Amino acid sequence: MPKAFTPKVITANALLEGDVIYLTADDQWTRRLDEAEVLTDEAHAQIKLLDASARNQEAVGVYLADMAPGQNGPEPRHFREAFRRTGPSNYFHGKQATS
Amino acid sequence: MYTYSDFDAAFVAERNAQFRAQVARRITGALTEDEFKPLRLMNGLYLQLHAYMLRVAIPYGTLNAAQMRQLAYLADRWDKGYGHFTTRQNIQYNWPKLNDVPDMLDALAEVQMHAIQTSGNTIRNVTADHFAGAAADEIADPRPVAELIRQWSTDHPEFQFLPRKFKIAVTGSPNDRAVTKAHDIGIRMIERDGEPGYEIIVGGGLGRTPMIGKVVRDFLPRADLLPYLEAVVSVWNILGRRDNKYKSRIKITLHENGLEKIQELVEARFAQLRPEFTGVDQDMLQAIEAQFAPPAFRTAPADDFNAAYTSDPIFRSWADTNLRDHRAEGYAIVQISLKAHGQTPGDATAEQMRVMADLAERFGHNELRISHEQNVVLPHVHKSDLPVIHTHLRAHGLATSNIGLISDIIACPGMDYCALATARSIPIAQEISTRFDALKLEHDIGPLQIKISGCINACGHHHVGHIGILGLDRAGVENYQVTLGGDATETATVGERAGPGFSADEIVPAIERIVTAYLEQRREPAETFLQTYRRVGLAPFKAALYPEKVDQAHAA
Repeated sequence: MPKAFTPKVITANALLEGDVIYLTADDQWTRRLDEAEVLTDEAHAQIKLLDASARNQEAVGVYLADMAPGQNGPEPRHFREAFRRTGPSNYFHGKQATS
Repeated sequence: MYTYSDFDAAFVAERNAQFRAQVARRITGALTEDEFKPLRLMNGLYLQLHAYMLRVAIPYGTLNAAQMRQLAYLADRWDKGYGHFTTRQNIQYNWPKLNDVPDMLDALAEVQMHAIQTSGNTIRNVTADHFAGAAADEIADPRPVAELIRQWSTDHPEFQFLPRKFKIAVTGSPNDRAVTKAHDIGIRMIERDGEPGYEIIVGGGLGRTPMIGKVVRDFLPRADLLPYLEAVVSVWNILGRRDNKYKSRIKITLHENGLEKIQELVEARFAQLRPEFTGVDQDMLQAIEAQFAPPAFRTAPADDFNAAYTSDPIFRSWADTNLRDHRAEGYAIVQISLKAHGQTPGDATAEQMRVMADLAERFGHNELRISHEQNVVLPHVHKSDLPVIHTHLRAHGLATSNIGLISDIIACPGMDYCALATARSIPIAQEISTRFDALKLEHDIGPLQIKISGCINACGHHHVGHIGILGLDRAGVENYQVTLGGDATETATVGERAGPGFSADEIVPAIERIVTAYLEQRREPAETFLQTYRRVGLAPFKAALYPEKVDQAHAA
């Protein structure tokens, strides 16, 4: 049996700045994970991924990232996504410095 | 030092103009990311976890003061006020924006620098002994040869789409400080019966399948170098596996085909190529060599040095730890540690870069080097100038006395920056150096190299660390594997894996247990960690690392 689909968000890096972006429910790119749309239906997620990947002038490396639904929006299931949301741990740079 | 010819300057300017247009076409959408990616990689531009990253070549790790100042300018103007020096003697900027990169490259060209072939499946920046031209044990300065190879390999039409990246290192000294045995090609400058030549080592490399290079030619006459290198790369270019990127490096080609077959193929190709090199390359080498003439060393009393050495214990500790023997009487090689305890290995602020540039200009014959150990070197300093240099370094957080010691850690950027990483490296390095600084043990421990990689690609050279640490992702948690007994020198050895890995919380105590075991096992303080390890083997360290297993064995 195929594995059950787990909640995901669409994420990428912005073409110009290179920073981490997420897709909202109204198809805007946001810098904030808590504003991202949590996708729970696989077919819907695949269509959103296709559409987002076509936005070649805005985003690079679009993919689906696993998330757990949380009180304040999606929470990363993997530490890599946690770092992408926050920034590096050796300096107060990246997302943590701007939010 | 080498100065660009008109040809070099025009070539770099043209490449920069091409790249500027490529960036513009990417931004307008005329180029897709798939089309643009190989172009940006050829010019040193990566897309990492949080931002773009620009990797700038520092050919054979040699810089002058103006170049170092320009690196500082780039850091201030287009990045976050710092740069990261890498294990291949390059510098990386972690936060550039795509449309700023063409301006950054133009600014680099103003001081005869570029980012060409610092990425992609090409021959990468040629590295060399960071003490080149200064070391007391040197047979010949490797930099002219490295520069010749750079000119030959840059935009070489046959080698722009290789099976994978290709790295070359050169040393002119029998004591190998350039890790030549862990490169695709390692070149050792040697002499036989008074005739200078090269020993050519092929097929070394770390990464997923660590291998120590093998000697394919034990003596190559000087004039044969370029045709021979061309033969090696050419044979691999055809034979190298393009079906599987994990098997594409020349070390696998050599392993799968055997040394003898590779030697046969290389010699056959060499025989074809040799007549095409009619001596122009040797004329060029001669012209390059003239540009690397040693500076005019001065003769002066070393009284100031002796006085400071006797009266100032902090200066003495720094001098004992960070200086190395220079070939010229009264001179020393100064190693500036970019490993202040608790800081990120290899990082320098723009201000620190300017301080080092000023010191090089005032006291160091206008020369700086970047070591693969991620430190900066002032290769030519008269001893009488050392006290004042030390004072300046101290004022800017650059006088840590730890070269070659346990806190002089090589660490790749790891998952704090790198898109390929499976775990973080930098915080582990920070914690280890902070811990051993607090213990005040590192000078007692003596020479001990820790090298940390945040993934199996091994940019942090963990396989050849006396203690190697490899960060992995084990079921969604950072996990750190330990290897012991690695060696990056002329007696290069791949370390042995000690056993199961440790969590991020457990790894620093684990390292401490290894060091305690060493202090218990060593015969005398002069016996280094590596010597002790070679004498007693893995067992006592394994027992120290996994005490619960020993307890279980006794209980059973």
